[in-house]
Amino acid sequence: MTSTQPCRPSPADGGPPCCEPHPWIETEGLSLHYSTRTAFRDVTLPIHKGCITAIVGPSGCGKSSLLQSLNRLTDLIPECRVTGRIRLDGQDVTGREVDVIALRRRVGMIFQKPIPLPFSIRKNLDFPLRQHGVRQASARQAKIERALRDVGLWNEVKDRLDAPAAGLSGGQLQRLCIARTLALDPEVLLLDEPCSALDPLASGTVEDLIASLRGRYTIAIVTHNLAQARRIADHVAVFWVQEGCGRLIEFGAAAAIFHQPTQELTAAYIGGMRG
Amino acid sequence: MSRSFGDTILIWALRACAAIAGAVVLLIGCFVLAESIPALASIGLTRFFSDASWHPTQGLYGLLPMLWGTLLATAGAVLLATPLGIAAGVFCNFYAPPPLAKIYRRILELLAGIPSVVYGFWGLMVLVPLIGRLQPPGPSLLAGILVLTLMTLPTIALTADAAIRSVPDDYRRAAAALGLSRFATVRRVILPVAKSGLLTGVILQVGRALGETMAILMVCGNQVQTPRSVFDPIRTLTANIALEMAYATGSHRGALFVSGLLLLGVIVCLVIVADRVAHRRVHV
Amino acid sequence: MSRSTVALGERVATAVLWSAALGVIAVFAWLLVDLAGQGLSRLSFEFLTAAPRNAGRQGGLGPILVSTALILLVCMAVSLPLGLGTAILLAEFTAPTQRFGRLVRRSLDVLAGVPSIVFGLFGNVFFCQVLGLGFSILAGGLTLACMVLPILIRATEEGLRAVSDEHRRNAAALGLSRAATIAHLLLPAAMPGLLAGWILGVSRAAAETAALMFTSGYVDRMPESLLDSGRALTIHIYDLSMNVPGGNATAAASALVLVALLLLCNVASACFASRWLPRRSLAR
Repeated sequence: MTSTQPCRPSPADGGPPCCEPHPWIETEGLSLHYSTRTAFRDVTLPIHKGCITAIVGPSGCGKSSLLQSLNRLTDLIPECRVTGRIRLDGQDVTGREVDVIALRRRVGMIFQKPIPLPFSIRKNLDFPLRQHGVRQASARQAKIERALRDVGLWNEVKDRLDAPAAGLSGGQLQRLCIARTLALDPEVLLLDEPCSALDPLASGTVEDLIASLRGRYTIAIVTHNLAQARRIADHVAVFWVQEGCGRLIEFGAAAAIFHQPTQELTAAYIGGMRG
Repeated sequence: MSRSFGDTILIWALRACAAIAGAVVLLIGCFVLAESIPALASIGLTRFFSDASWHPTQGLYGLLPMLWGTLLATAGAVLLATPLGIAAGVFCNFYAPPPLAKIYRRILELLAGIPSVVYGFWGLMVLVPLIGRLQPPGPSLLAGILVLTLMTLPTIALTADAAIRSVPDDYRRAAAALGLSRFATVRRVILPVAKSGLLTGVILQVGRALGETMAILMVCGNQVQTPRSVFDPIRTLTANIALEMAYATGSHRGALFVSGLLLLGVIVCLVIVADRVAHRRVHV
Repeated sequence: MSRSTVALGERVATAVLWSAALGVIAVFAWLLVDLAGQGLSRLSFEFLTAAPRNAGRQGGLGPILVSTALILLVCMAVSLPLGLGTAILLAEFTAPTQRFGRLVRRSLDVLAGVPSIVFGLFGNVFFCQVLGLGFSILAGGLTLACMVLPILIRATEEGLRAVSDEHRRNAAALGLSRAATIAHLLLPAAMPGLLAGWILGVSRAAAETAALMFTSGYVDRMPESLLDSGRALTIHIYDLSMNVPGGNATAAASALVLVALLLLCNVASACFASRWLPRRSLAR
């Protein structure tokens, strides 16, 4: 990670784009087949370093499947076949020899429904760190505190770190899940509709949190909320169902997609007429 | 798929466990077969069915009377237990008030766990004298059938209950919408849909009844003969093994293993049939 | 059919079902009351601890309970790790279509149907003779281990499958190894269900008689090592009722003890299962 110079957007310099146009994780001709159907076909998508890339499109067009293939969670699904390439920092990560556990540490993932591990708040962060070989307790403690501060949860939970995580509210849980992932120092964050299971207030908090992570992490977020994509995304990828499987129909800078889409379907979707 | 080192070790350890667990049945088959082969070779398979009687010490190895005993006891028990068991399953799902159904299920589970030797003991104490008063001698095919019925009933009832419960509620609602009465719903809609589940349960219980030893051994009188009425004492293949294994040697011992092999073969066939039936779904 | 005949048919059906269901319970109540009537007078604390005298007519069950416990201990010590490993492989690492997994499952299905007397034959040849264990607690326990293996594996597999897939995905997304996920997340989450299933396995083993007749033997002395022959409770009941004139009261008392033990297992298993349900619904 020598080339990373995190750029922090500030209102002073006019906000985005803050990120470098340098694809950190990218797919090339990626397709995903289940035993009876194809989730998506021939997707070539760059996700630029330090940027937030929103992936939008109607239900069932393979957006979530795409995210799951990026950190090889698709390995867990029997009879699921991925073809094409995925490169992380220029290195192919689709091969059998790739250490998926190390890959998943570099490419973290947050799901729609925040599921805490059935432990205390502290152990939710501590356990994965220990499993990843962070031996020193003080080092783990420092990482835990930093991650919790990053997601703005530290002040809310610092007095009850040993209480069961299940007692947190939905929004807090989602932030805990993000903290859990951040504690592992990932390079890429994949977010699968992280706000859609939360109430509007919590959803706003989590959205702000994601926006605040811009520049430090390379972020891909699947969302159904076009307004949200418009608020936080630097780039937008539009998916559509064509011939029974998901296709990437348009990709570009957020401003361009929202203001002058090149595809008719995109224009219709953005305009709220379809999908 | 690449895995961490620990995962690789884990998987191989698990595979070893599974291989051992899967091999047990092969091991059983091989050893029972190996012990039967000398007897099969010296006596010949056909004589087990053509010899007039079972006098292994005098070189007579006819298994037929005992085979009849086994078959008749099983058939009788399954014929009695199946309607009762299905009735109990229907009762749990359609007739009993829910709290009662819950208790009923718990009782059935408990009964399914009562050891066969206890059923046998009770049959010996209570049923055999009762039958003896009706038609001496008492220990008889009938006693065996009744005890086996009791033993298989709880399990048939439980599998019937599960099969009926797994019928999607849509069928119930559709039947209710058509204005069918409760019994008509059960008979015309629910039971046909649950058929394959019911059948699987019954087939597996046939297997259990065929293989049952203790209860039969205790109440059937154990005389080697083809029964002419339900009041005749009989001996089943399993009881025969249990009785003679302790002192049998040479061809006699081999012959007992042959009957074990026979049982094993029948059970394997039943399990395969049950598997087929279970996967033939009425509704998709 | 007129309206009144439908109503009549419905009423008859209801009456038949209620009487069938209650009849079933009545017979079993008869069985238990009978056992209690015969055996209760023999029951005392001394009966549980004393050694049997006069072929079991007097004295108690002390050594027999110890032997039974040892046989069960051997059985579980062997079958639990093996079953757990196999179940984890089947539930966590095997696609339903994979050949190895299908093969193992099929062979376990057959194993579940093998009659107990055939397990007895196999145990006698393999454990007592080939492995040279003789008539011993070890041989009996190992034979039972083979027998309960399918039950344990099925219960464990179901328990693991009931844990929501979201847990697995979450853990994998954090880069946890499969081994860590299973050990720290899935097994604890499934534990009450697994315990319920395992207790069921123990109670099946405790109820077994025929498989022990020629493996652990009849010796009713206090066992001094696992290589001693030891008489299981079920064998004791069988022997008293069949071979010991005047042993009925003790047999009934022993049967009561056995049924009480199994009842205890059943209740414990139900407790675990019900504790598990709320958690499972939360996980879903």
